[in-house]
Amino acid sequence: MSRWLPRAYLTLVYLLLYVPIGILVLFSFNDSRSGYTWGGLSLRWYQSLFNNNAMVEAMWNSLWLALSAATVSTVIGALTALALHRYRFRGKKMLNGMLFVVMMSPEIVLAISLLALFLLVGIQLGYVSLLLAHVTFCLPFVVITVMARLSGFDERLPEAARDLGASDFTMTRTVLIPVIMPALLAGWLLGFTLSLDDVVVSTFVSGPSYEILPLRIYSMVRVGLKPEVNALGTLLLVFSLVMLMLSQWILSRSKR
Amino acid sequence: MATPSDLFCHQLIRRFGNHPAVDGISLDVPAGTFFSILGPSGCGKTTLLRLLAGFDRPDEGDIYIRGERMNRVPPNHRPVNMVFQHLALFPTMSVGDNIAYGLKRQRVPAARRRQRVEQVLEQVGLPGLSGRMPSELSGGQRQRVALARCLVLEPTLLLLDEPLGALDLKLREQMKVELKHLQKQFGTTFVYITHDQSEAMVMSDQVAVMKDGRFDQVAAPEELYREPATAFVAGFVGDNNRLRGQVVSVSGDRAQLRLTGGAIVEGRLAAPLEPGASADLYVRPESLVLSDGEVAEGLSRCRASVRTTLFDGANSRVETDIGGEPVFARLPQHGSAPSLSAGDSLQLAWEPDRARVFGAATP
Repeated sequence: MSRWLPRAYLTLVYLLLYVPIGILVLFSFNDSRSGYTWGGLSLRWYQSLFNNNAMVEAMWNSLWLALSAATVSTVIGALTALALHRYRFRGKKMLNGMLFVVMMSPEIVLAISLLALFLLVGIQLGYVSLLLAHVTFCLPFVVITVMARLSGFDERLPEAARDLGASDFTMTRTVLIPVIMPALLAGWLLGFTLSLDDVVVSTFVSGPSYEILPLRIYSMVRVGLKPEVNALGTLLLVFSLVMLMLSQWILSRSKR
Repeated sequence: MATPSDLFCHQLIRRFGNHPAVDGISLDVPAGTFFSILGPSGCGKTTLLRLLAGFDRPDEGDIYIRGERMNRVPPNHRPVNMVFQHLALFPTMSVGDNIAYGLKRQRVPAARRRQRVEQVLEQVGLPGLSGRMPSELSGGQRQRVALARCLVLEPTLLLLDEPLGALDLKLREQMKVELKHLQKQFGTTFVYITHDQSEAMVMSDQVAVMKDGRFDQVAAPEELYREPATAFVAGFVGDNNRLRGQVVSVSGDRAQLRLTGGAIVEGRLAAPLEPGASADLYVRPESLVLSDGEVAEGLSRCRASVRTTLFDGANSRVETDIGGEPVFARLPQHGSAPSLSAGDSLQLAWEPDRARVFGAATP
């Protein structure tokens, strides 16, 4: 009794988490037209997905956007974190606090204000507006991840490198970046994920010239979901698993 | 001047705000010396070391390393390397890469680097460990890697910032001896800072005792111990007892003091004092002779009462009380020690030449 109850509870929790995903994967190979009945194994939905040009284009758009947003926010975020960590300057506390404001404020508020800003400045809604918006909401996550890593950073390491003959640039390349690499990677992946599945902000700041995946799927829901979506979900799942394993591999290599 | 000293400093001053952390330090360290700077925390010794390493610049004064002025030379261009307090080994690099780091900056070819790394690891007693990560090493091994990382560059000067502080007591004792051997073996000039007087005494050729940004005394360990120049040095280096009193008479370099308890005692003056001046007499525990009766001619003496005995092997002591102040005396180790218990009265005697009299710090 005392043994099976915790196990049953744990099993239930994991079932709740993974059964929907499992069903999605399973039904992506379903030959039936309906989303609710099983009609044998088939790859037809994968085929129809890749024949759906609008969908494929939206997927590439989304990947490209997530890639660039994650990269830009990692670069800016890492530099911000370094500045916040290393220097004392006027307005440091405020800058720190404002990062949290961006993180905590409802997405809808960010979305409306960004839209208003873009219209005011005259930025055409499309890739650029999406990129700026995604970098904005990814940035705090990168900064906080990198700052957490830096808080455990031995301040003597840069000095030791300098003492052993390294220039500032060499020190950064050989000592600082390897130490904060796990945080950079984690921040980048976080940004990538946030960007890839954002709906609210993207709805407001995207234009007809640049359609991205979440919005495409969302618009499909209204006309009725085709099992194609299951195939797409499965592909995204595989993709994120590969990314996860890749990051684990890089981390374990840098730790060795 | 034949060959210039490895390190020569003239009137170094470094202020933080109005507070001079280093306040007019001059020093001269000949090649091959183990030179220690000993002082309590906050005395400015770390600031001084950072000036020498180049992480900080003096407000006034000059630093010469082997005859070359270093004031404006950045740390990566000084022939000086430093072993940091917490070692600062690069956590993402193997032992070999840590040690090769400086060689790589000097563009030493890879094959030669590997050879030098293996050689220096051998010299510090860690052959074959170049593939390990620093996190896989013990405290003592890490210590040696930090040393090897500097020594492989053959610096003119090796600075050490209390590197033994993080080790446990037993290992620290062992490393003290080891460091001294390594210094002799490499022949590199060491500048070692510490607040632990025993570290400084055991390892050094010369010790500078630092207080409030200045050197109180620079001398060989034995001289420091036997002939402290100031009351601070007398109290800081080694165990010492302080008896407070007033000078009643002076003859030559001898002074007689009346202690607060009324007893008259005698010691050697460190600096001239007038009768009537407040003064402190310092006498070391091992200079005190215990007796319960007659005392040899010519010794100064004083009655004391036993507080407690402290057994610690060869370092066993008895704590006594003279006029309300604690006075420690070494217990003889040849078994003839009188059996002592709290409240017993006994006589403490000493050779007046082995007691030092300083003017009291505050009037």
